[in-house]
Amino acid sequence: MSTLDSKIPAGPIESKWTNHKFNLKLVNPANKRKYDIIVVGTGLAGASAAASLGELGYNVKAFSFHDSPRRAHSIAAQGGINAAKNYQNDGDSIFRLFYDTVKGGDFRAREANVYRLAEVSNNIIDQCVAQGVPFAREYGGLLDNRSFGGAQVSRTFYARGQTGQQLLLGAYSALSRQIHAGTVKMYSRREMLDLVVIDGLARGIVVRNLITGEIEKYSAHAVVLATGGYSNVFFLSTNAMNSNATAIWRAHKRGAFFANPCYTQIHPTCLPVHGDNQSKLTLMSESLRNDGRVWVSKIKGDTRKAKDIPETDRDYYLERKYPSFGNLTPRDIASRNAKEVCDEGRGVNGGHGVFLDFSDAINRLGQKAIEEKYGNLFEIYETITGENPYQVPMKIYPAPHYTMGGLWVDYNLMSSVNGLFVLGEANFSDHGANRLGASALMQGLADGYFVIPYTLGNYLATNKFSSVSVDQDEFKKDEQGVNDLVKRLLSIKGKRTVDDFHKTLGRIMWNKVGMARNEKGLKEAISEIKELREEFWKDVNVVGSDKDLNQTLERAGRVADYLELGELMASDALHRNESCGGHFREEYQTEEGEAKRDDENYRYAAAWEFQEAGKWDLHKEQLEFEYVKLSQRSYK
Amino acid sequence: MGWFSRFINSSIGKKFFMGLTGVLLMLFLIMHLIGNLTLFIGEKAFTNYAGTLETLRPIVRVIEVILASIFIIHIYSGIRLWWENKKANPKQYAVNAKSKESSIFSRTTVFTGSIVFIFLVVHLQTFWYPNNFEETGKSLYQIVTGSFANPVYSLFYVLAMILLGFHLNHGFQSAFQTFGWNHKKYFPFIQKVGTIYAILMAAGFASLPIYFLISRGGM
Amino acid sequence: MSGTNLNLKLKVWRQASPKSVGAFVDYQVSVSPDSSFLEMLDEINNNLEKNNQDPIVFESDCREGICGTCGLVINGQPHGPIPRIATCQLHMRNFKDGETIYVEPFRATAFPVIKDLAVDRSAFDKIIQAGGYISVNTGGVPDANEIPISKEIAAEAFDSAACIGCGACVAACKNSSAMLFVGAKVSQFALLPQGQPEREKRVEAMIAKMDELGFGACSNTYACEAECPKGISVKNIARLNREFVKAKLKSQNVEA
Repeated sequence: MSTLDSKIPAGPIESKWTNHKFNLKLVNPANKRKYDIIVVGTGLAGASAAASLGELGYNVKAFSFHDSPRRAHSIAAQGGINAAKNYQNDGDSIFRLFYDTVKGGDFRAREANVYRLAEVSNNIIDQCVAQGVPFAREYGGLLDNRSFGGAQVSRTFYARGQTGQQLLLGAYSALSRQIHAGTVKMYSRREMLDLVVIDGLARGIVVRNLITGEIEKYSAHAVVLATGGYSNVFFLSTNAMNSNATAIWRAHKRGAFFANPCYTQIHPTCLPVHGDNQSKLTLMSESLRNDGRVWVSKIKGDTRKAKDIPETDRDYYLERKYPSFGNLTPRDIASRNAKEVCDEGRGVNGGHGVFLDFSDAINRLGQKAIEEKYGNLFEIYETITGENPYQVPMKIYPAPHYTMGGLWVDYNLMSSVNGLFVLGEANFSDHGANRLGASALMQGLADGYFVIPYTLGNYLATNKFSSVSVDQDEFKKDEQGVNDLVKRLLSIKGKRTVDDFHKTLGRIMWNKVGMARNEKGLKEAISEIKELREEFWKDVNVVGSDKDLNQTLERAGRVADYLELGELMASDALHRNESCGGHFREEYQTEEGEAKRDDENYRYAAAWEFQEAGKWDLHKEQLEFEYVKLSQRSYK
Repeated sequence: MGWFSRFINSSIGKKFFMGLTGVLLMLFLIMHLIGNLTLFIGEKAFTNYAGTLETLRPIVRVIEVILASIFIIHIYSGIRLWWENKKANPKQYAVNAKSKESSIFSRTTVFTGSIVFIFLVVHLQTFWYPNNFEETGKSLYQIVTGSFANPVYSLFYVLAMILLGFHLNHGFQSAFQTFGWNHKKYFPFIQKVGTIYAILMAAGFASLPIYFLISRGGM
Repeated sequence: MSGTNLNLKLKVWRQASPKSVGAFVDYQVSVSPDSSFLEMLDEINNNLEKNNQDPIVFESDCREGICGTCGLVINGQPHGPIPRIATCQLHMRNFKDGETIYVEPFRATAFPVIKDLAVDRSAFDKIIQAGGYISVNTGGVPDANEIPISKEIAAEAFDSAACIGCGACVAACKNSSAMLFVGAKVSQFALLPQGQPEREKRVEAMIAKMDELGFGACSNTYACEAECPKGISVKNIARLNREFVKAKLKSQNVEA
């Protein structure tokens, strides 16, 4: 076990980033175009990074498995983006945003990174407005804000329920401009399948052209990964169908440490599973909890319709247990409590779902007022379920939504592989063990627009690079490896489909590495995943060829990676003998059933080094809290 | 190519000239109809009207050339757009659901326009050519009423006018849309005016053969 | 909520490659009314894979109607019979037991079929690259509240910006015109103060690119608006026309 150097700059937290920026070495403008930079992923973080680096004059190659950068799953974020503008005069500040984020993350994030995030949050809003992002406005023409969970100030900027879309289209337009200018070359429909490391430096990637099936090699002076999170390890999640962990996982296998894989966020307000053939879960904005009351029947296995369950038989369990926050407790708490009542058999029809009831709000404010606030969401709900939520309560259930864990990075966002930088949800850096609402968009854009352009320049300016060509041995070897893997997947010709394995893995993960975990379950999960992995390599059936568009083959490669990642998540959860944020170990809870941290023994980020599938070495980064005092979160 | 030719050859440029010529033709139709309606007043009124045009012959000739050019641009743009649009969309769907997506008037402009064009040729050949270039010994009034007494011709005339109405019903509001004048407050009104205009034109022109067919043809 | 399964006959367009000749292939399915249309296709694919047959290629990603990846023509209508939703939001309860359903790819010269139901819509990216942006570099921009924008204008710009780039407008148009897509982007920036400096240049460049890529012209049938999953209004096309003609007549640029 070794310790990790996070390269946090010295000095008081308010001036760390400013001083650091001054101390970073610069690349001469005329030399920038001599540097090739690969950016994988073109969501908020990747598109903003590629565009900003292109503007500076670097020679950027951007990769996406989508047909267009505009499809990245950042687009699905609904609620908004936080910034410490304090436009509302309600006492917000950079320090308060920093404080809320560290506390919300249950003291498992790196203070210096979070402070920088809060610091550049304001620039993000300025940047997006300048790009033409149509944020919501007040009648006077100034920007509007709304409040969000985990904060007592209104600091969330939004564009109706489509903030992620508008921000992504902003970044996409900036990227498009650079593609037009020729500073960025866009490679769409390419999936990264390996990282090429030469003399200890990340120097290129191997990708599969998803249309022709060709394996292609690209070299660069640095590689930037912005490929998002890994919630799809659960099979059913709110992530997009194609969101996957393959890029970060293959990089992990080339030496990038994976930090805190067990920190996953389960969002409380999603639509429940309707059947076996369900492909994904749909999130309903958290804002619904402002007016909806969450309840279940007091009786186990109650199959009565909601309207037939009398008030005396209803248990408004969040209001009962958390009288001061009520239905507005943070995500992890709301989710865990829903699971608890359903496990008791008190869910809707005795199954997995709880009621989110608007009848009180409708009686109090009138249907029109509710329609104005949530009309759009109610329509979505009705489209999917066929039920009218104005008349019958919604049914909701938690679903995997976001992963706080990811590749370990230092303050410069560089991973443990020199020259490999990781941005956005793909890294672990800013949210600790739990992310607050409207902070994911903020982090993606902060990393891409305002951090990487500085820190990457320093890396390029301070390293000597030998010339590389994609024809040299290291590239050929990795290309061969990818080819072998593809051939191997196609040659098994077993009996079970890729989806079948994925669903089985998802069930193990959801039941044993989900909202609440315990030692026994985690140990079972580890051995079950190992078995499943073995079976996968013996019995999976990947139809089709590797010479054209083959979606089954794409999924097979991703599921193969999940089968390793899943085990690491379980191992990390097992090793962390405490509860914090999204990681809840049943053995470690307060008398009231709340998460109980062990700051003495686990106040560190766990960064895992890959040895072989099923075998990892642990490296620790001790976390210091100088500015936000360690305390137990309380929302009672 | 200069900027202007790039403009008129662009997708919007072609549409723009299609709309512009369409609007001019619609204005012409109003004038034409007013003149025609003198037939209802009687032979004298109509002959007076024709006679006035006759005295203004040089001016009328110029106007006719302009009018012909407008027609040609309108028809040429139409054919060209039809051809290019066809190239852009060569394959039909197995199920035709177009009626759920758009009005019949908007989808059939090429068809209705073609019929109107055929009508125009026949129309010129029946009235305009003999009146100007042949020594028929008949007055225009006689030519017109004589033609309208023929049920086949009148039926063709009426049908063509109905299709002209279809064409105009789309064309009127479509021109405003093409010029960019689609305003939340005024556009519904424009669409209504367009429909009224189309009905008035179709009914106005068609009323003549019907009237003469009934009164002279002995039906 | 759940009723008895629907028995349906699907006629799905299968085409091995861009150049090959495609045809409809029949599939008999029994599906829960609560299932989504794409989940039904997932199910068919699972069965095909079990029988060592190539699954139907169709694209989808977010499955919540925002990414614009999915897009099938169902019984002649892009995104199916229900207005203002994307294909991924279509549920089987909207179909009747015993119905025959035709499933086809978007058809347009500018959107060539890649395989089965997947088409290449990169032409849209090329149009945006031609000028669908505001040319500001990262950093050095004014404070977000420096330029007030009225709530109405911001809302109107948002309505235009809500486009998900799915291409249903092109697929529905009898001319495969991309004017609703282009109009929406041009409108968003023409409405906002930030978009003014490049207002003329933008529309000229985007239209030139759109024409070059083989999209047709607009016949004002408004089928695009009827099929748009986000209800983007044809007023955007009117504005596009106006912006273009104005730019052509006003701008000093004789090269465009």
